[in-house]
Amino acid sequence: MIEKVTPHLSQNELLIFERSSPGKKAYQLPELDVPPVDASEALGAANVRAGIEGFPEVSEVEAIRHFTRLSTWNYAIDYGMYPLGSCTMKYNPRINELVARTEGLAWAHPYQPEAQAQGSMEVMAKLEAALAEITGMDAVTLQPAAGAHGELTGILLIRALLQKRGNPRKKILIPDSAHGTNPATAAIAGYAVENIKSSESGVLDMAALEQIVNADVAALMVTNPNTLGVFEENIAQVAEILHRKGAMLYMDGANMNALVGIARPGDFGVDVMHLNLHKTFSTPHGGGGPGAGPVAVKKMFEPFLPTPRLRRAGKKWAFDYKRKHSIGRVKAFYGNFGVVVRALAYILAHGGPGLRNATVDAVLNAVYIRKQLEPYFDLPYSQPNMHEVVFSDDRQAKLGVRTGDIAKRLIDYGFHPYTVSFPLIVHGALMIEPTETEGKQEIDQFVSAMIAIAKEAESDPQLVKSAPHGTRTSRVDEVTAARKPILRWKPA
Amino acid sequence: MRYLPKSDSERRQMLDACGVSSAEELFAHLPEAVRLQRPLALDPGISEYEIVQYFRDRAAQNANGYASFLGAGVYNHFRPVLVDTVVSRGEFLTSYTPYQAEISQGTLTTIFEFQTMICQLTGMDVANASMYDGSTAVPEAAMMAVRATGRGRVLVARSVHPEYREVLRTYAKNQGMPVEEFGFVPETGAIDLEDLEHKMDPLTAAVIVQSPNFFGIVDQVKAAAEIAHKHGALLVMVFTEAVSLGILEPPADADIVAGELQSFAISPSYGGPYAGIIATKEKYLRQVPGRLVGQSVDSRGKRAFCLTLATREQHIRREKATSNICTNQALMALMATVFMTVYGKDGLRELAAQNLAKAHYLAGKVKPRFSAPFFNEFVARVEGKSPGDLNKALLKKKIIGGLPLGRFYPELADSVLLCATEMTKRSDMDRLAEVAL
Repeated sequence: MIEKVTPHLSQNELLIFERSSPGKKAYQLPELDVPPVDASEALGAANVRAGIEGFPEVSEVEAIRHFTRLSTWNYAIDYGMYPLGSCTMKYNPRINELVARTEGLAWAHPYQPEAQAQGSMEVMAKLEAALAEITGMDAVTLQPAAGAHGELTGILLIRALLQKRGNPRKKILIPDSAHGTNPATAAIAGYAVENIKSSESGVLDMAALEQIVNADVAALMVTNPNTLGVFEENIAQVAEILHRKGAMLYMDGANMNALVGIARPGDFGVDVMHLNLHKTFSTPHGGGGPGAGPVAVKKMFEPFLPTPRLRRAGKKWAFDYKRKHSIGRVKAFYGNFGVVVRALAYILAHGGPGLRNATVDAVLNAVYIRKQLEPYFDLPYSQPNMHEVVFSDDRQAKLGVRTGDIAKRLIDYGFHPYTVSFPLIVHGALMIEPTETEGKQEIDQFVSAMIAIAKEAESDPQLVKSAPHGTRTSRVDEVTAARKPILRWKPA
Repeated sequence: MRYLPKSDSERRQMLDACGVSSAEELFAHLPEAVRLQRPLALDPGISEYEIVQYFRDRAAQNANGYASFLGAGVYNHFRPVLVDTVVSRGEFLTSYTPYQAEISQGTLTTIFEFQTMICQLTGMDVANASMYDGSTAVPEAAMMAVRATGRGRVLVARSVHPEYREVLRTYAKNQGMPVEEFGFVPETGAIDLEDLEHKMDPLTAAVIVQSPNFFGIVDQVKAAAEIAHKHGALLVMVFTEAVSLGILEPPADADIVAGELQSFAISPSYGGPYAGIIATKEKYLRQVPGRLVGQSVDSRGKRAFCLTLATREQHIRREKATSNICTNQALMALMATVFMTVYGKDGLRELAAQNLAKAHYLAGKVKPRFSAPFFNEFVARVEGKSPGDLNKALLKKKIIGGLPLGRFYPELADSVLLCATEMTKRSDMDRLAEVAL
């Protein structure tokens, strides 16, 4: 008997193209108040298309049923805990959605005159200031569209500063526990990647670092707390080693939810970092975007920040486009403004003391889960954890049950799986991040589910290995999907 | 606090279970020196009501009740009500990237539909699950061409959106990817084919052309593709106004299409978030950046969808990945999918025809500077005053005029870019013409 869920019927649904029938409509345009134009005459007959072959033709009610039925096939935070490690799947306050749709903000055109855009600019300036205070950095750009985009911006900033000093250097150091975006970013920024092994205790190996940092190293990209959820306690020393050799410390802010109000990267030696507004600052993931990846920097990087920069001109805000040292633009316009609005609404709701309380609850939840599950799952690294905890499937693997199986079985218990098989330094990792927006009841249910699965792994491993059993879709054949890619619908 | 679902007594119970006496103890392992010794200097939290009020006040500082003739990459189109109804559903709004296929079929199915519609719209064989926006799709398309051809140089038309070109240069600078530009014909506003031919060389990987171009001109993609192909380069077609594809011939001669879908029910929102696309020919599939959703079956043999071809991506390939991008813009792509569903086969055509008619009505009142055919925006020379002065005069009449082009094109400093969509009223066009003339 599973406490959290009861199977229920859900509607089947075809693809929208399979529901289509000629002549059906879900739209009506207003009467044209100007004379119609002959398209062939205006555009040239060769430029005019016949029709959009295959586009759906459905009625309004069919359209809404289609998408509503599909929506019920998703799990979501609104259904329950979403313990994906490193993803910070916290509650998305609905007030953020409402204010982002405020007409004067949602319909603001990026090229409307600055005098008619002061409200938007004020929102951006206020968020920049709040993020600078939270990170302990001196300046913030809101232009990058996502975390990986922020990383790229940050590494380009480091390159620009080093270039100005005479030598952009050759490589970026990346711990083996890092997110995959880090090395991919370094490559796009024109750097070679040198991976560094974590120490036995899963943190940066100081002796190795001391040896490896030389005049070829542009920067170290570090996630802190790292992907084990462990705070890099030597971080100030790490910064010192790098700085002594003229290299920079870049911080991936993916795990900032463990630090807000507790410790500031700017205070422990970080030179450049990015934040994920869709993680720490509660903007919705939306099934995989939009996000926003602001970059915060120390003062010496300010001249290199992307164009344009907000500046105060008397009583007004203005954009400064004349920045000769800037790395240039990383995106058209000024960033994902709609995401910026949501993040600011979140910060306003919490306020300074509230943000710290959220951090405390996030860490409390993760430590609590660790205590509850430690008797049942192998804990490869024993240091104190912060906002997330990483177990391994070591015990269950001996019974033939892997982390991926446990994750799938968790679905039957009404939860989204944790992050599977990451970080790479833990074999068979179970990476669990509850966030602060889970209550005790939900967490206790999660803990019971995990314990029940640990017991099933012993009593009935096949049950776990063939999970999920209660979903409308069972395990999907990903091998065939990749071998013979079908990436679009075609009529039979 | 309303977002924190624990009572004090529950917190107490959890702390006890953790074997600590206070929450502060949870942080005791952090070195004293790195800990913030003061509260954050941010105001205390406020209520929902106050938050609504704060943003209403900010909105009031922006333009309100103005008619606008701005386009230039961001267009004022009606957003069907169904769009927000669908994307406000928590199942779409508050879910993550669909890694767990069994409980993400909603998102996966809509992305598969999105990929299909983008193929139908562009005439390409494959489309990915979306990009950040049009401006970042362009350098990703250029990098695709570089990988596909083994060459390094990129030629981009000056009539591609100026900010897109800036983004391209930022990305290209450190990858040994020289970016050079070719011009437009001053009379027509279309690309200068002679200049293109002249600048082609055996190192060129891609020729990048926008259509309708930044001046609204339906550009010569086919002719540019012929030149590119003759020299062994790929043709990348860029679009910023997706509605134009409702009426314009799809770019069958392009090898890669990189575009912006803001026009498809994504609000202008002062520049983002939007959604970009990359679509291409089958043979370049393995070079595509970002997420792809594919069709497969589940263990019971039922049709099901999943993320696929991940071996191109950063979480598998790390520094050898096709791109560092990790997410797509799923929710914005969903807006576009609902939009395309609502308008459908006939509606998008009818919508495009209305845009064409409105812009041509305006062009009957304010003469276009260029002679080539245009879709829903065009360049007009301002007579007798500067574009800045014209716009000031218009603002007094509650009209935001066209974009002055001097900032991006010194030779067009006397001109503005005017846009009219289905939302532009005839009476406002008449008022604009009165001031402009």
